[in-house]
Amino acid sequence: MPDPAKLLRQLGQATTDRIWRLGFAARFLFAIVRYSGASFRRLPLTLREIYFSGVLSLVIIIVSGLFVGLVLGLQGYETLQRYGSTEALGILVALSLTRELGPVVAALLFASRAGSSVTAEIGLMKATEQLKAMDMMAVNPIARVVAPRFWGGVISMPLLAALFSAMGVIGGWLIGVVFIGVDDGAFWSQMQSGVDFRYDIVNGVIKSFVFGIAVSLIAVFEGYDSVPTAEGVSRAITRTVVTSALTILALDFLLTSFMFRGTS
Amino acid sequence: MSDDTLVDIRELHFGYDGRPVLQGINMQIPRGKVVAIMGGSGCGKTTLLQCISGQLRPSSGAVGFGGSEVSRMSLAELYALRRKMGMLFQFGALFTDLSVFENVAFPLREHTALSEQLIRDLVLMKLEAVGLRGAHRLMPSELSGGMARRVALARAVALDPMLIMYDEPFTGLDPIALGVIGQLIRKLNDALGATSIMVTHDIQESLLIVDYIYFMNGGQVVAQGTPDEIRASSDPFVYQFVHAAPDGPVHFDYPAPSARDAYLGRVARA
Repeated sequence: MPDPAKLLRQLGQATTDRIWRLGFAARFLFAIVRYSGASFRRLPLTLREIYFSGVLSLVIIIVSGLFVGLVLGLQGYETLQRYGSTEALGILVALSLTRELGPVVAALLFASRAGSSVTAEIGLMKATEQLKAMDMMAVNPIARVVAPRFWGGVISMPLLAALFSAMGVIGGWLIGVVFIGVDDGAFWSQMQSGVDFRYDIVNGVIKSFVFGIAVSLIAVFEGYDSVPTAEGVSRAITRTVVTSALTILALDFLLTSFMFRGTS
Repeated sequence: MSDDTLVDIRELHFGYDGRPVLQGINMQIPRGKVVAIMGGSGCGKTTLLQCISGQLRPSSGAVGFGGSEVSRMSLAELYALRRKMGMLFQFGALFTDLSVFENVAFPLREHTALSEQLIRDLVLMKLEAVGLRGAHRLMPSELSGGMARRVALARAVALDPMLIMYDEPFTGLDPIALGVIGQLIRKLNDALGATSIMVTHDIQESLLIVDYIYFMNGGQVVAQGTPDEIRASSDPFVYQFVHAAPDGPVHFDYPAPSARDAYLGRVARA
């Protein structure tokens, strides 16, 4: 029979640990912003990270975006056909992608592909004392290592989400217009008239920007805070992917409820 | 503190989570000398090195560097101080994404506005000093343990520091590489007019190259002297360390209840 007092104590300890880590992450974000000068003064540092986080994620984003668009086209056509409004396929695909699927799925893919790799890189630098060596050479590791990776992720994320949405629209067009035979003009004109730049596209970009901040912060924080052993780094990578996924979905709900509450 | 002393440690105490690691350390490191800090694993040697470099703040006591108090410095002041320090880590801690050349050039690029040509000349000079000029294009993954340590040494002296610190520089090296690193530590110290602090437990190599030795045990300085004094010492701790005796003041066995009680099941289970 488990001791209730012990369980309560463990629950309290776990809760205070979580709150402590949250506070530490907030202080860490403050430190990143404070020491971000070098990331922009020495642009090659940040450009290198945009390459590693953004450019090297292009294949997974393009292929996934295309397939999501193909599936959306198929499912959308199948449903719209019942109501005789297949010409609305364009607007359905575009709104689903720009408002929700583009930012959310791109952020989930970004967390697994780039976020985990950033955590692993920083964690291994910590385990092999490279961060300590840098600190001993009077070079701030937050300014030199963490901040460029953070900003690289923040800048890459909205661009990747936009690309994901664009590929998704192409996928929806391919399946709807090219393969099924929905009218080409109706597909594009419905999309043009139904998608509002400010309301749908800008809100989608804002979402992906917020997801970029969240995923990049989680990735650099977990790497920097990892236990400097093989097991510690591996656990940190797992935490990056899991925490990022949950954070993205929770933030998406919050942002959607604020951004689109007048549309129902 | 006399002008001859570069590092002055007085009544230094430090602990992790209430567990004392350093307990009242007093040490004076004279300018221009190579000083070894020796002792068994876990006796607080590396922690002491981290207190000297300001990576750890002591619970009480003082660490003076050239007349300045390290433990009271802000981060900016510490970084200004660390430009006068170089450190060789146990396994080199080379940046794995940079070549040998770029590793040595790193502190120069970060802290100076020298031209590319001058940086190139300085880096090749430092690599020449450790015998690895020909390896400047290699990546750290292509180096042996001894070579990585020598590249890290070239990087540590890239800015001609006043103080060079070595954290277990001989760990995992073959006898030839060990001798090479030992000689380099001595020669570089003399050539640069620097001061060196070496944390190690390799007694035989240290006796050949250092000017003075401090022995630590249980977070305290338990013996000290020149290499000749250490060789002639009858202090039980020093004797055990110099002759690698399995038992003595430093026990072979980890503290445990009596074997009789353990076998008879009289010891409470964890």
